[in-house]
Amino acid sequence: MIRYITRRLLFAVPTLIAISFAIFALLDLAPSDPTGQLPLTIPPETRAQIRESLGLDEAFPVRYAKWMEQFFVNEPLNLIERAFDVEIGDSDSRTRVISYATRSPVVDIIAERMPQTLWVVGLSYVVGIMIALPIGIVSAYRQYSWFDQVGTFVSMVGFSVPTFFTGLVAIILFSVMLEWLPSIYDTTHRVTDLASFWVQIKQIIMPVMVLAFYNAAQLSRFMRSSVLDNLNLDYVRTARAKGMRERAVLLVHVLRNSMIPVVTMIALGIPTIFGGAIITEQIFRVNGLGQLLIVAIQGADIPMVQTLTFLFAVLIVGFNLIADVLYGILDPRIRYD
Amino acid sequence: MSGATATHPVLAVEDVRTRFHTQEGVVHAVNGIGFELGEGEVLGVVGESGSGKSVTMLSLLRLLPTPPAEIVSGSARLEGEDLMALDADRLREVRGARVGFIFQDPMTSLNPVLTVGYQLTEPLRLHLGMDKAAARERAAQLLDLVGIPEATRRLSDFPHQFSGGMRQRVMIAIALACSPKVLIADEPTTALDVTIQAQILDVVKRLRRELGMSIIWITHDLGVVAGLADRVMVMYGGQVVERADVKSLYARPKHPYTRGLLRTLPSPDAEGETSGRLASIPGHPPSLLQAPASCPFAPRCEHAFDRCQRENPMLQAVGEGHEVACFFDVDRGAPRAD
Repeated sequence: MIRYITRRLLFAVPTLIAISFAIFALLDLAPSDPTGQLPLTIPPETRAQIRESLGLDEAFPVRYAKWMEQFFVNEPLNLIERAFDVEIGDSDSRTRVISYATRSPVVDIIAERMPQTLWVVGLSYVVGIMIALPIGIVSAYRQYSWFDQVGTFVSMVGFSVPTFFTGLVAIILFSVMLEWLPSIYDTTHRVTDLASFWVQIKQIIMPVMVLAFYNAAQLSRFMRSSVLDNLNLDYVRTARAKGMRERAVLLVHVLRNSMIPVVTMIALGIPTIFGGAIITEQIFRVNGLGQLLIVAIQGADIPMVQTLTFLFAVLIVGFNLIADVLYGILDPRIRYD
Repeated sequence: MSGATATHPVLAVEDVRTRFHTQEGVVHAVNGIGFELGEGEVLGVVGESGSGKSVTMLSLLRLLPTPPAEIVSGSARLEGEDLMALDADRLREVRGARVGFIFQDPMTSLNPVLTVGYQLTEPLRLHLGMDKAAARERAAQLLDLVGIPEATRRLSDFPHQFSGGMRQRVMIAIALACSPKVLIADEPTTALDVTIQAQILDVVKRLRRELGMSIIWITHDLGVVAGLADRVMVMYGGQVVERADVKSLYARPKHPYTRGLLRTLPSPDAEGETSGRLASIPGHPPSLLQAPASCPFAPRCEHAFDRCQRENPMLQAVGEGHEVACFFDVDRGAPRAD
């Protein structure tokens, strides 16, 4: 297992380098200009100076190599220094990945935005899983029952209606008409007592539920089909022939087997949490990573876009590996050595 | 003792009828099966695929998925208690505890993600209320009993770490875990190599001697039945067509289907050579989409006459413990009088 993981990690290195190059090249080819959003009264010479100050006059390979150095050497060193309160080498002269738009280090901005995304999108993912698994199991066990039919219909709706629609419907219903919940997620809100905790719940419930509904719709269908695949297998009959209670048959024998593909799918979906549900974050004004990425793309903030996209790539590669390892743990028939 | 068992069979089954509701229509899989199983007796159940052997036995413990299956009627008295009338909870107390089941394919009958030890201790803990340690100890004994070496160590292995024959031994151990009165073996050797089959048969014969339970052995292998069973029940089209003790069935088969089956066995002639072509029964198994109104075997029967098309023959005694459902008396070569 350790050997397998090591090998996979080593394979990941060239993969990620290729990805980083592809992202960098794509962004370079894109007809975007960091000075594009500045007022039209600024003369072209000044714009050229601004671009020069951002390092854009350098050749493509030089810029790529610098980003590589900043991201893979300087930023990790900086993180280590901050975490352990030490100084390694000449830390002042090390350049960091700087956002064009805000002029502050990209990694610091991401660290600021991360908690909001993790809270809102992560919670919605967890809630989605907790809704989806029981529904999937019951739907499969009572196939074609009214519960299953309703579940199928709701899942179809949840899966096919995009979050920008359900989100707006929720806002119109609960914020505008009923005036129960705020339509904007206030990231500066601090939970200090019970009352502020209640405010936090009220503001988080809509984005979380809108996203959870979408996630649960997919996952419950997947869970249902996975349980159905197993319900008619011989070992289930064996378990019943042993006199096992239906609950044990379902929750021990069937569930163990049907969770294998589902856990894989859940693990593969985790990077999308960090990607932030871009649209949902926009609708509820959650100041998270998704929003950060959108604004960065609009403002041609190339270092920001490059770093964010690359981090997502790292997460995807990483969780692919985690999914494979989990698969091996859950299914004893899989051997990695 | 033997007199008491003759009057009080361990298992008395009557008039089991099971249907399947399919897209093509209602399949009448089992049409009024009845039999008795004595104390310590081995009953061989023989018939071709689709003759309703397995469905009958699965119906007794309601192990068929409903729907599509529907058990229309029947009773199965295990030591006097009708299994068909039990509620789900009471039935579960019978399954695995008083009736053990072995299935055909050992490769798929065990749960692939649970250890053999877990699957074996499950019924022990459930039915006998053993704690984990005691159940594990007993499980090791059981594995040892069915001839699995290094039993204690192998408890923590997963099914895929066992060969087919060893898995079937595990299945037998599970079925025997709670010392059931009746063991139902549904073609337990069909999916195995011939040499492994022989080993499994030896295990079952030995265990039968040691533990003295009654066995229902479903197979389509007449050779296996000859070596193992006390009595044989031949099934065709969801009905019992002949029932006899094993010697008289092989010596004096009365039903044309049984005779056909026995002819299909390759047998060496006087010089010890097997004859060139294997015999077969012409025609196809019956479609069970209609409830049987005539003899299900009539279309393939060389002796069929007009009555066979009109009526479905009932089992009738033709000798000591020998019953046959046929209008034609093969011994006289003429229709039966009655």
